[in-house]
Amino acid sequence: MSAAVTFELDVLDDLLAALSERGHTLIGPTVRQGAVVYGEIGSAADLPRGVTDEQEPGRYRLGADGGAALFAHNVGPSSWKSHLFPPSLRLWSSRRDGQGELRVEEEPLDERRLAFIGVRACDLQAILVQDRTFLDGAHRDRDYEARRRGCFIVAVNCERSASTCFCVSMGTGPRAEAGFDVALTEIVDAGGHRFLAEPGSERGADLLGALSTRPADGADERAAEAATERAAAGQDRALDTDGIKELLYANLEHPRWDEVADRCLSCGNCTQVCPTCFCTTVDDVTDLTGSEAEHVRRWDSCFSLEHSYIHGGSVRASVRSRYRQWMTHKLATWIDQFGTSGCVGCGRCITWCPVGIDITEEAAAIRATDLREGLEHADA
Amino acid sequence: MCPAAEAVAGGLAPLPYRLTGKRQETADTWTLELEPARAERMAPFEPGQFAMLYAFGAGEAPISVGASDGASGRMVHTIRAVGAVTEALCATATGQEIGARGPFGAAWPLADAEGADVVVVAGGLGLPPVRPVLERVLAERERFGTLSLLYGGRSPDDLLYRDALEEWGARPDMDVEVTVDSAGADWRGRVGVVTTLIPRARFDPGRAVAMVVGPEVMMRFTVAALRERGVPAERIHVSLERSMKCAVGVCGHCMLGPEFVCKDGPVFPYTRVERWLGVPAL
Repeated sequence: MSAAVTFELDVLDDLLAALSERGHTLIGPTVRQGAVVYGEIGSAADLPRGVTDEQEPGRYRLGADGGAALFAHNVGPSSWKSHLFPPSLRLWSSRRDGQGELRVEEEPLDERRLAFIGVRACDLQAILVQDRTFLDGAHRDRDYEARRRGCFIVAVNCERSASTCFCVSMGTGPRAEAGFDVALTEIVDAGGHRFLAEPGSERGADLLGALSTRPADGADERAAEAATERAAAGQDRALDTDGIKELLYANLEHPRWDEVADRCLSCGNCTQVCPTCFCTTVDDVTDLTGSEAEHVRRWDSCFSLEHSYIHGGSVRASVRSRYRQWMTHKLATWIDQFGTSGCVGCGRCITWCPVGIDITEEAAAIRATDLREGLEHADA
Repeated sequence: MCPAAEAVAGGLAPLPYRLTGKRQETADTWTLELEPARAERMAPFEPGQFAMLYAFGAGEAPISVGASDGASGRMVHTIRAVGAVTEALCATATGQEIGARGPFGAAWPLADAEGADVVVVAGGLGLPPVRPVLERVLAERERFGTLSLLYGGRSPDDLLYRDALEEWGARPDMDVEVTVDSAGADWRGRVGVVTTLIPRARFDPGRAVAMVVGPEVMMRFTVAALRERGVPAERIHVSLERSMKCAVGVCGHCMLGPEFVCKDGPVFPYTRVERWLGVPAL
């Protein structure tokens, strides 16, 4: 890793100020309504100092045993997706005059340049996954592209894991490896409260060069390494991805889908907190005079009946078929579509499921009773 | 002076098209003729591709292209009024403007069908999306072998394009067979499902390319009948229908297994989607 530097806690505000001066709107973790969410911040004082979170399937509570640390929490219900791919976005508006002439006007692009402060490794991977959906296909999403191009990413390496985290098994964390401008590791020990910072891009190195830093010494590097090792060691959830695509393709009629459908409320929470889910629908609305209309894109969920509705009924009428669609898309068909898993191991879908359905447990249950093995036995 | 026409590839914002003609086909189905209202127009369509049509204030729906003329930009769409958007489209008055964007999706494999016997099997509202195939083959008749249209409807009143069917049926270089599921005493044609037409249709299964479009259950039985007749599965193509909001593969609604029906299809080689169509409610 090139030129890691260390800076003291108070320099973090200089970093944020430098980003603001360069025209970035700062988005970072902040406590709202009992959860750590990503919203606009002004300075390090807005960060959730000492805040921790306790996460279990279907459970999320904030704690306060993080001491002086600003990044002692894990991921909450919001993700950076909201800022690159807004939950609701007017794509275009149209006007029809008295002669029946139609005028369509595309929505102007959001010219703000964002800076994301505190992107965890799993969420960094989620951004790279969404890049493939919105930028790498034949259709480039102009709104996503504009937001993404201007975005400066300050990653933060995790020093602890929530019980719902499984990034290690997905190969996505807990250490940010690529895709950031600057990666920070927060260190609070006898040596003081400081950050080890690694540049990941030219503009990241340029930013660090403008701050009051010193070259990272061996003690800093060991402390940073120990922090991410601690986070990795703290994970006992895992998802076995070995041959997962073929596994799920061969088990589309597995009885486990019926079993999970009995518990699943089909509420769509998992799809709303997932940092990679990209389904949208559109609403067309007119003003009271009926001469102006808007075409508004908003997040949708494959758990709704409307999602697959064509005249005559919904293709996926049962909860079983909708849960199967979500999970096989996330873990299997995504690989065929985008060359990567759609799951980054952040664990949000587990924490925010009101009945605590655990994607790692569902995948393991199918693996444990793989229908292909039954067939092999039958053949033998 | 008219400004020069400007072709626009399918994006997310519709272009204005003026309704120049309108014909009622059946109780709930209309054929609309459109022309570009201003200089900007959609790029030319290949047979099998579709457009997203926008009824002002009501929304968009994916609609197959019954005919398109690259030079003038004129389009023909046949639409069944089954929901708020399609009802609004069908209720549009001549002279009014609607929005259109496209072309989207994969086309029928006409290049692969050159030199082959072309077998087109359509059920119900499946006739419009294959009409450009028939027109193309008839326009370049010497490039293809025999041409068969096997068309099934629910009842005589549900049959589309009656004039065209009559005209095609009178041609010596085209075989047209029509059947209906049920009919009154005044129907002189065949009664029965469309698959019953396949065993006796005039084509050589060994050199045939089949294009099938209609309700999914009709396509499944049709493919089985074609294979029974000896048409290799890899020379059978189907056009699928799913919910679509974006038409460019980013809204997630049209997924069938790993396929996005809007951009990977709607026309697929049957062998590519056979596995997924065999799983109910996928």
